[in-house]
Amino acid sequence: MAVEIKTSGVKPLRNTFDHLVARFGDKPANRYQEFSFDTQPATNFHYKPLWNPDSEVYDINASAIKMNDWYALKDPRQFYYGSYVSARAKQQEAIDQQLAFIDDIGSLSSLPEKAKNLLTEIIVALRHYEWGANTNNNFIAAYGYGTTITQAATIATCDRLAMAQHLSRIGLLIDEKTGESLDKAKRIWIESPAWQGIRKDIEGVFVLRDWFEVFVAQNLVADGLMYPLIFDEFVSSFSRNYGNDLNSLTNYSVKWQSDFARWVDSVVKTASSESDENKEQINKWIDKWHASIYSSLGDLAKLAFGIECDESLEKINSSFIARISKLGLR
Amino acid sequence: MANGKKLNLKQNYSMLTKGLDWEPSYQKKQDIFPQLEFEGIKIHDWSNWEDPFRLTIDAYWKYQGEKEKKLYAIIDAFQQNNGQFNVTDARYVQALKIFINAVVGLEYNAWRGFSRLGREFGAASPRIAAQMQAIDEMRHATTQTHACSHYARFFEGMGNAPYQFDRTWYLSIPKSFFEDACSSGPFEFVVAISFAFEYVLTNLVFMPWMSGAAYNGDMSTVSFGFSAQSDEARHMTLGLEVIKFLLEQDPDNVPIVQKWIDKWFWRAYRVLSLVATMMDYMLPKRVMSWDEAWTIYYEENGGALFADLARYGIKPPRDADVTIKEKERLSHEMWSIFYANRDVVGFPLWLPSQEEMNWMSEKYPNTFDKYYRPRFEYWKELEDNGTPFTNTTLPQLCQVCQWPCLFTEPDDPTEFSHHQTEYKDEHFQFCSDGCQHIFENEPEKYIQAWLPVHEIYKGNCILDDVDPESPDYNPMVEAIRYMGLKPGIDGGLFKEHNDAMNWEKWTERPSNIHNQPATDFVRKTGSDK
Repeated sequence: MAVEIKTSGVKPLRNTFDHLVARFGDKPANRYQEFSFDTQPATNFHYKPLWNPDSEVYDINASAIKMNDWYALKDPRQFYYGSYVSARAKQQEAIDQQLAFIDDIGSLSSLPEKAKNLLTEIIVALRHYEWGANTNNNFIAAYGYGTTITQAATIATCDRLAMAQHLSRIGLLIDEKTGESLDKAKRIWIESPAWQGIRKDIEGVFVLRDWFEVFVAQNLVADGLMYPLIFDEFVSSFSRNYGNDLNSLTNYSVKWQSDFARWVDSVVKTASSESDENKEQINKWIDKWHASIYSSLGDLAKLAFGIECDESLEKINSSFIARISKLGLR
Repeated sequence: MANGKKLNLKQNYSMLTKGLDWEPSYQKKQDIFPQLEFEGIKIHDWSNWEDPFRLTIDAYWKYQGEKEKKLYAIIDAFQQNNGQFNVTDARYVQALKIFINAVVGLEYNAWRGFSRLGREFGAASPRIAAQMQAIDEMRHATTQTHACSHYARFFEGMGNAPYQFDRTWYLSIPKSFFEDACSSGPFEFVVAISFAFEYVLTNLVFMPWMSGAAYNGDMSTVSFGFSAQSDEARHMTLGLEVIKFLLEQDPDNVPIVQKWIDKWFWRAYRVLSLVATMMDYMLPKRVMSWDEAWTIYYEENGGALFADLARYGIKPPRDADVTIKEKERLSHEMWSIFYANRDVVGFPLWLPSQEEMNWMSEKYPNTFDKYYRPRFEYWKELEDNGTPFTNTTLPQLCQVCQWPCLFTEPDDPTEFSHHQTEYKDEHFQFCSDGCQHIFENEPEKYIQAWLPVHEIYKGNCILDDVDPESPDYNPMVEAIRYMGLKPGIDGGLFKEHNDAMNWEKWTERPSNIHNQPATDFVRKTGSDK
């Protein structure tokens, strides 16, 4: 026979996992906390990696940055897998409507040749930059320390591939789904002088071995300059000449970046406030990559805006410098 | 002008990922991908890699987003309705403890390992496949934590999972297994995990485990399991794709891959043996025996797989025949060891009832009555006399798989299998010829193993607040504390355990459906009629 369960009055023995009680006090934890804190293996490692015998699979010394508590590098969005995929699925529904609308009216494929070329050379070619950003965030996921950072980096890896695919879709709207714009954009990425500075910088990030430097170079500096240049400056200038259709598709990228930057800023600010040594190291990395990437963007801006690109460059640079100083750096 | 052309899913995927990666010219390729050469695997053309997933990220989000919505709706309802009290009895929860303490750590390491492959493989297509699996593994570690966290609030021994994974002696079995894979090169990792673990053996965990959860009324775990199943299907597809790709690229890859299959089949089998005890001893309502599961999921399915791979020159795993010889003994030998060491494990133990032993006699006609029933009956007598059998010393661990040397010789169930070798003037012990063979192929790797029992005896397992010079220093108590176990609370005899007492108080049902109630409370109310 079925037994009725009397559950009233049953008090749990504990509110949550021991490590969360130690961290947040004796109260129920939320789902972000349950998976994100103190869950990474941290000691008694068995074997040195054959691929790098000087390290550990989870290596606290893999970066020059030092933290007393690596779990301080939290994600202000509090993304865990379920909340992440649900949020993105919802956003994607809105984008799909935009894409379907543009596809129906054929407004990108019927742009003048000159405009289509410009879009291919700038927006579609940017898909390779996003693949580079995918590679770099994947590096952080693979070699970073602590669940809070590697979880967010895994999410970023996925987001950057999604962005590369989103930009590819814009290409397919231009070329009526033949893929020609993708081939052309790749040639531009490989050969055009306008992109070579950036490609060289990105390949330079590929060979870095300090995951925090990768984070600074890609997510703070490169994105911090590239996104405003392309998605604010270029898209506005393009819209002035050719209408707002592009804008409706890249609006997603703008919003995504502003959300992403909350995480990036929070990580950089927390790490640099930890110690003077961290701050000095992060400043050094910012200087190195800022100088190189900003100079590379000069060539790209000429392609995007013609000779009157200085104003846009100065504008994005001064807002980047303002962002950095707001973080207490430089 | 409207554009009516539509791409199908496959075309769409191929367009959207088309040529995303490029031949670098500012840096050397081997500096960008430094892990691709040292294992000796030869890849001539990465473009022959067929991506088995072909999921664009937007489709992935939508698909997974739906799955998460359903999963969390069930977990929420489960928690609100105290679904933990709907399981068969409190012994079922002991199996879940192994899950949260061991399996979540495996998923975590799988996430780490596939993240590395997502970065290090030599072309976009296999890298995307690895990235997708990485985020799936992150999902599994997350949803398992969420599915079990509610249980942890009501039962002992589940509140300290990540800490225990790094320190508890028997959890070094799963930990060392996955760290072995994660510290290997990218090709060995993918053969180890995608092929040997996921493709050849994962059904063995999945089917009996999830059916077991369903049989025993655990809606939370069942929901997680079904939700993970479509991820697992993708992962298994990747496992087969990987092996064919490697074998087709160059004949020189065949012997390397064969060596890895031999090694990782045995490594994975030893880890999964834990499932044997859960199936035969821990599930109050049983689904099938380990013997039956091994027959179906390895001997039949695995046999067909290796027959198919014969055309590449691949042979069945080196020690496959030993697993077949062991299948009638494994769970009984392991349960005996856990029982004997119950004061130093994170869950309580019990002896099988007459009814359960009759089930085992039926399922294990060649072995149970002959070797194991007499032992359990004798131990029952000792328990009844108030002098239960206990192991008072720590077991000898195998240098490779890290199980206690508890297994018997393949051809003699009455003889313990103890193997020993010497390397650089030190002795190393093994549970089997299979593990010794693995050691001898890579001694420099396995001499590094962090063997918990050795470390305890070396005095390395004490917390900072302990003074080993002090007169009341008790090394065993301190080692248990170091391992994250609560002496007298987490382990011991089930019938005296907090979980059994609380269960009967809370549910008014027996904590062990095959035995008399453990408390007067339930004996008096007699609500199990």
